[in-house]
Amino acid sequence: MDNTTLLHRVQSAYPAAILASSEFRGELSLVLRPEALLDVAAFLRDEPELNYTFLENLCAVDYLGREPRFEVVYHLLSVNNSHRVCLKVGAAEEHPLVPSLTPLWPTANWQEREAFDLMGIQFSGHPALERILMPEDWIGHPQRKDVPLGYEEVAFTFNQEKIYAQKPFAKE
Amino acid sequence: MGIEEKAGNLGVVTTSLETVVNWGRTNAMWPLLFGLACCAIEMMGAQGSNYDLSRFGMELNRASPRQADLMIVAGRVSRKMAPVVRRLYDQMPEPKWVIAMGDCAACGGVFNNYAIVQGVDEVVPVDVYVAGCPPRPEALIDGIMMLHEKVKREKISGVREDAPIRITSKNQLIQVK
Ligand code: SF4
Repeated sequence: MDNTTLLHRVQSAYPAAILASSEFRGELSLVLRPEALLDVAAFLRDEPELNYTFLENLCAVDYLGREPRFEVVYHLLSVNNSHRVCLKVGAAEEHPLVPSLTPLWPTANWQEREAFDLMGIQFSGHPALERILMPEDWIGHPQRKDVPLGYEEVAFTFNQEKIYAQKPFAKE
Repeated sequence: MGIEEKAGNLGVVTTSLETVVNWGRTNAMWPLLFGLACCAIEMMGAQGSNYDLSRFGMELNRASPRQADLMIVAGRVSRKMAPVVRRLYDQMPEPKWVIAMGDCAACGGVFNNYAIVQGVDEVVPVDVYVAGCPPRPEALIDGIMMLHEKVKREKISGVREDAPIRITSKNQLIQVK
């Protein structure tokens, strides 16, 4: 299996699915239409010659200022062919909705929860899309680029009085 | 020589109740058995045979907060962990003390971000801060000795006014005596 054959196979099976494709350091990346993601992933997994049975990684990226702002990235591995392919799906800023891959790969369950928790991506068809890392009552999604990096002004000798005056110290 | 014979020659020692109570508290101070991050490794080192915390009557780390009177917060406290730390503190019986071990527990350390509590003194009242990333076992032992000094000055009425290091409930900062 090589990248050209793979691209050809996907293109002939789902002509409208691929928005763009690129190759970097020998790895093929396919940017897909969100609607086609489940079909293409199932095709890659179930087609006997392709056999991408292992979802290695699932994560979300925030390209602030770009349209679509978010991108969900999947890395698939075919153990039989020892070949990898990367799938990417864009998600819009106002309502970042991407189909869930949990029905195909159970491992996607927690990784999609992580992407939801930290990045705020919604996965349609996910069995229980809840926060996985942050406390349940957390507001917002902390890994987004528009969330401030630091949390609190650092106290030095010159400003510690001001900061400690506002700091909520615990009571006994 | 029998015990009666020996006791017969001991005579009488007079002291104040306060001294006896504080002596008892300092010499059998049992820490709560928990560690939150890398600092906990140094805390374990302090308990190992090389540094041997049991010299100070602290060989027992209690796994139940009901049996502990010292909380060593060893490591960074995440915002998800903070309610747990506070609950453990509330479950410890009085009198109880807290040591914030390491920069992370003292002020958040290098982790000035959304996930880490910027100093465990936002969650529980801290008696002694031990600086370092991580503090060496000697530093932790020094902090414990400092806490012992503080406990020895406690009044039986429960007022801890002349303690060496303290943040009062009025947010006045560290008084070093
Ligand atoms: S102070 Fe340093 S060693 Fe201690 S928990 Fe923080 S990062 Fe780890």
